[in-house]
Amino acid sequence: MTPTLTISRLTKSFAGMTALDAVSLTVEPGARVALLGHNGAGKSTMMKIILGLIPFDSGTVEVCGAAPGSAAARAQVAYLPENAAFHPALTGAEQIAHYLSLRGENPKQALALLDRVGLHAAAKRRIGTYSKGMRQRVGLAQALIGKPRLLVLDEPTSGLDPVSRRDFYALLDGLAAEGASILLSSHALTEVEARTDRILILSQGRMVATGTLADLRRMAALPVSLHVTARNGYASEIAAALPGAIRAEGDVRLDCAQDEKLGLLARITGFGDKVADIEVVPPSLEDIYSHFSRRDGQ
Amino acid sequence: MMRRILATARTEFRIALRNRWVAIAVVLMALFALVLSAAGSAPTGDLGVDRLSVTVASLTSLAVYLVPLVALLMSFDAVAGEVERGTLPLLLTYPVARAEILTGKLLAHLAVLALAVLAGYGLAAVAAFWTDSASLAGLPALVRLGWSSLLLGATFLGAGYALSSLARRPSGAAGLAMGLWLGAVVLYDLGLLAAVVADDGGWFTTTAFPFALLANPADAFRLYNLAASEATAAAAGMAGAASTIPLWQSAASVLLWPLLALTLATLAFRKVTP
Repeated sequence: MTPTLTISRLTKSFAGMTALDAVSLTVEPGARVALLGHNGAGKSTMMKIILGLIPFDSGTVEVCGAAPGSAAARAQVAYLPENAAFHPALTGAEQIAHYLSLRGENPKQALALLDRVGLHAAAKRRIGTYSKGMRQRVGLAQALIGKPRLLVLDEPTSGLDPVSRRDFYALLDGLAAEGASILLSSHALTEVEARTDRILILSQGRMVATGTLADLRRMAALPVSLHVTARNGYASEIAAALPGAIRAEGDVRLDCAQDEKLGLLARITGFGDKVADIEVVPPSLEDIYSHFSRRDGQ
Repeated sequence: MMRRILATARTEFRIALRNRWVAIAVVLMALFALVLSAAGSAPTGDLGVDRLSVTVASLTSLAVYLVPLVALLMSFDAVAGEVERGTLPLLLTYPVARAEILTGKLLAHLAVLALAVLAGYGLAAVAAFWTDSASLAGLPALVRLGWSSLLLGATFLGAGYALSSLARRPSGAAGLAMGLWLGAVVLYDLGLLAAVVADDGGWFTTTAFPFALLANPADAFRLYNLAASEATAAAAGMAGAASTIPLWQSAASVLLWPLLALTLATLAFRKVTP
């Protein structure tokens, strides 16, 4: 299968500041890829280069077999900008009808598209009266026009409530199942966790990690935390028997590396009746994300 | 291509309608045309020219100021406004060429101008016919004034798009547009007048002055309409100049300026990085 998007050693700098440093990336049809990073990590710059909105310094970028920003590429790529904005004097339906016409589709599909993103009731109202979340939905509706092969979504879930966010990811799942590639960016790993096939973390213009969530977990090798609840009076004895354990509010807590986890659990179960409960707390998504994106001495 | 241009034009016209630009332009032109018709009723009998021809001469002087003003007011926001609202990046990811976007906007804004010109000149014509039944003789001059007004409008719309692309902020674009209007429509003529007076019939007056008039789209428009009109005598100021410059030259300037302005606008818009 030919990749929808191929980026090789892409480099871009603004006035001496390196925004992207030799970034390589391939996105296959049907893949959902999340691009993570702080503000200024280079996510939006990379997206704008893929869309052909800004030029780049070196490297190669191929979008649907064409140069980024070429007519052939633009015909197959949909974009949802961060903070999608539209003319306030137009209604949602008029705006979508306009975008449909620009893509050579029937403008009469506008209401059906707005229905798909849950905006049917407000379709005939001016966008000037919309909330941020509603504008984001208009942006999403225009990104669905005409079966795009690649969707570039810049922080698509910012401004959406948790229920809308789940609906949004359900929509993406459907598109990916039909073969569309999806590249979306986010500030937070918690937002994208289960709904993407691959995660890329950018930090100061460099790709610092890439893989599935399980891969990233393994690569980060962050300690696992064990919380042991002792039966009355046994807490001190258990804490004394486990090296590095500390007592906190009647519990015993200790951190261990991933590969020591099972051995330690066996020892704790060896205490028998003295232990009331064990809780294994894996590193949180935020911990993993911070681990990668702060590696450069931030 | 046509489909994308027409879709853009339709949307832009709708925006112009909602932003009251259509109403403002139509009312402005109609009001001024009516005032001119009422004020210009006195000299008709003495000149021996039909009433409509006299009206066309006064309308020409009106259009030279108002058409560029309305065109610049509508166009200064065209690109800078999209940049400020943040709508430009998304639009440019669509399979639509920048020239198509500008052409669509131009069609919409020209349609607004056409409505305003139709209302203004139409009212003036009705007033002329009402008082003088011989006004039919002036009708060709009125029609000529109509389409040349649209070409003048297209020139200043193009200039407005170019300034809008260069400024990238609506406030800056508005300033540049007003500067252009003052410079091209008001100060340019004052400067020429001063130069002619100082020159006192020398090289500037005989050689450079006609070219200076042709080089300015507003002056070329005035020259063309007055020279072509039977009512040259009714417009005292420009009569001398109009008679020394062949009609085809002013016509060429009126036709070429819109092309030049729109080419500049397209080039400037291509330079805008969202």
